[in-house]
Amino acid sequence: MAKSKNPSYASINGRAVLYAVLIIVAAYYLLPLILMIMTSFRSMDEIRMGQLIEWPKSFSLDAWSMAWSEVQIGAREDRGLRPYFINSILMVIPSVAISTTLGALNGYVLSFWKFRGSELFFGALLIGCFLPFQAILLPQSQLLGWLGLSGSLPGLILTHVVYGVSFTTLFFRNYYVNLPHELVKAAKLDGAGFWVIFFRIILPLSAPILVVTVIWQFTQIWNDFLFGVVFSDPSSQPVTVGLNNMVNSSTGEKQYNVDMAGAIIAALPTIVVYVVAGKYFVRGLTAGSVKG
Amino acid sequence: MSVSRKKGIDYWLPKLVVSPTLVIALVFFYGFVLWTTFISFTNSSFLPSYDFVGFDQYVRLFMNPRWLNAMWNLVVFGVLFIGICMVVGLVMAILLDQNIRAEGAIRTIYLYPMALSFIVTGTVWKWLLNPTVGIEKFVISLGWDSFIFDWIIDPDMAIYTVVIAGVWQASGFVMAIFLAGLRGIDTSIIKAAQLDGANLFAVYTRIIIPSMRPVFFSAFIMLAHIAIKSFDLVIALTGGGPGNSTDVPAIFMYQFSFQRGQLGIGAASAVIMLMTVLAILVPYLYSELRTPKNG
Repeated sequence: MAKSKNPSYASINGRAVLYAVLIIVAAYYLLPLILMIMTSFRSMDEIRMGQLIEWPKSFSLDAWSMAWSEVQIGAREDRGLRPYFINSILMVIPSVAISTTLGALNGYVLSFWKFRGSELFFGALLIGCFLPFQAILLPQSQLLGWLGLSGSLPGLILTHVVYGVSFTTLFFRNYYVNLPHELVKAAKLDGAGFWVIFFRIILPLSAPILVVTVIWQFTQIWNDFLFGVVFSDPSSQPVTVGLNNMVNSSTGEKQYNVDMAGAIIAALPTIVVYVVAGKYFVRGLTAGSVKG
Repeated sequence: MSVSRKKGIDYWLPKLVVSPTLVIALVFFYGFVLWTTFISFTNSSFLPSYDFVGFDQYVRLFMNPRWLNAMWNLVVFGVLFIGICMVVGLVMAILLDQNIRAEGAIRTIYLYPMALSFIVTGTVWKWLLNPTVGIEKFVISLGWDSFIFDWIIDPDMAIYTVVIAGVWQASGFVMAIFLAGLRGIDTSIIKAAQLDGANLFAVYTRIIIPSMRPVFFSAFIMLAHIAIKSFDLVIALTGGGPGNSTDVPAIFMYQFSFQRGQLGIGAASAVIMLMTVLAILVPYLYSELRTPKNG
């Protein structure tokens, strides 16, 4: 894994410069987040008088409660980001569960129960990883209209499942293909059927790819804005749409502390997932890119 | 559930299990793309119509200065976004590959913006780039009175702010891909080259970077894909403005289709976006499929 130390970097000066560069770049990535957090704890008076980069003089949670449940977003009755946040949760759980289940079953079939045309089917499915969604927005909104699901959470969930299944299938298929096939062959000879092999042999081996897929799908769906803005109405809009409406529609003086608190609220679930399970997050990103 | 030994069940059950996904692929992917393409050849406005008008919508599309501007912005944004992300990602990956202490922590910091929604990124950078409250004001307060950094309100420069925010979000991701690529290289070749007297620079430029061609390729594909689909970032950062100066095809498509009720021209713009993705993707898939992998 690790490469041998190169003599040209052995000198202390070289290493010092190297670390300095790495730390400056780290600051570049971190600074916006730190400023966001600090600003969200400051009062608007302090922001107006003070500076962009300044330690909060007083620690206040007002902006957070404003963003969460008090600020008027659009014309709806419920205030704050809370209803949007709840919509996002109600949307993301079934979407992730269904698309991951479908992906696991598809990957299982495409790896261990190949049939004539199954490779072609897999190849045809992969277009879904690359499709610019603009090419399907119009018919999808027509379809949701016919189904009576326009502007509803079920419509949004259906959309996320349908356009997430390519990635989930790709993840599971690429993982299962590298499992030892002898296991399944032996089980088949012993007379074990399709479901028994899946639940007794394959599923217990699937924990790593399950985590990668769930994290990937969770991040994608939580962060989605396009489907949220096109296919939902105010009663079903996810938090990304709520945040955007909050930041761009508020009349009167801009409340940067509230905006930043709102941005952190919208980002918190995926940041938590990233901090807790970053390793799997990276694996999903690279699997989705290198193998896609 | 009883375990069936019958060949019959194990024959049709796998097909039954994948059949919902087959329907998804046929209807929601291919069927919908065909439908969008079909609509782009009709005179649909608020509602889909089935009056065939040939290439009229495409002619209207390419006569529309907003569309041409959006395409041009995509070119500017795409080239800079992909180029800068690749360079920054590669340099950071190489620097991180030098037996760095706390590599894991640094990597975590570089990559976390990728976990954020583009809406969040746009919201933050909109504030930082706002000249009256953000970076410009801060630098002026440090004593540099004539400092001006107002790209976000300058129609000629606003598209570059989209590049700044996009690079902030995605460059750590490119670094992760390149770092994975660097770690996958056979170290014996590198050692042999170093024994032959090659210095570190030569090892990277002559051996390591050329052998990472596939990694470059997939990073390029991912970034191009992000760029072409870019919608949320621009909406949150500039809203397409000032004026229409940061319009991109995805915003054009959304506004014409869903806000102006011009389905025909919206569909035509969607088809052009799809063609652009395919033009980038097909050579990639072709080269991937020529080298069979994963049995």
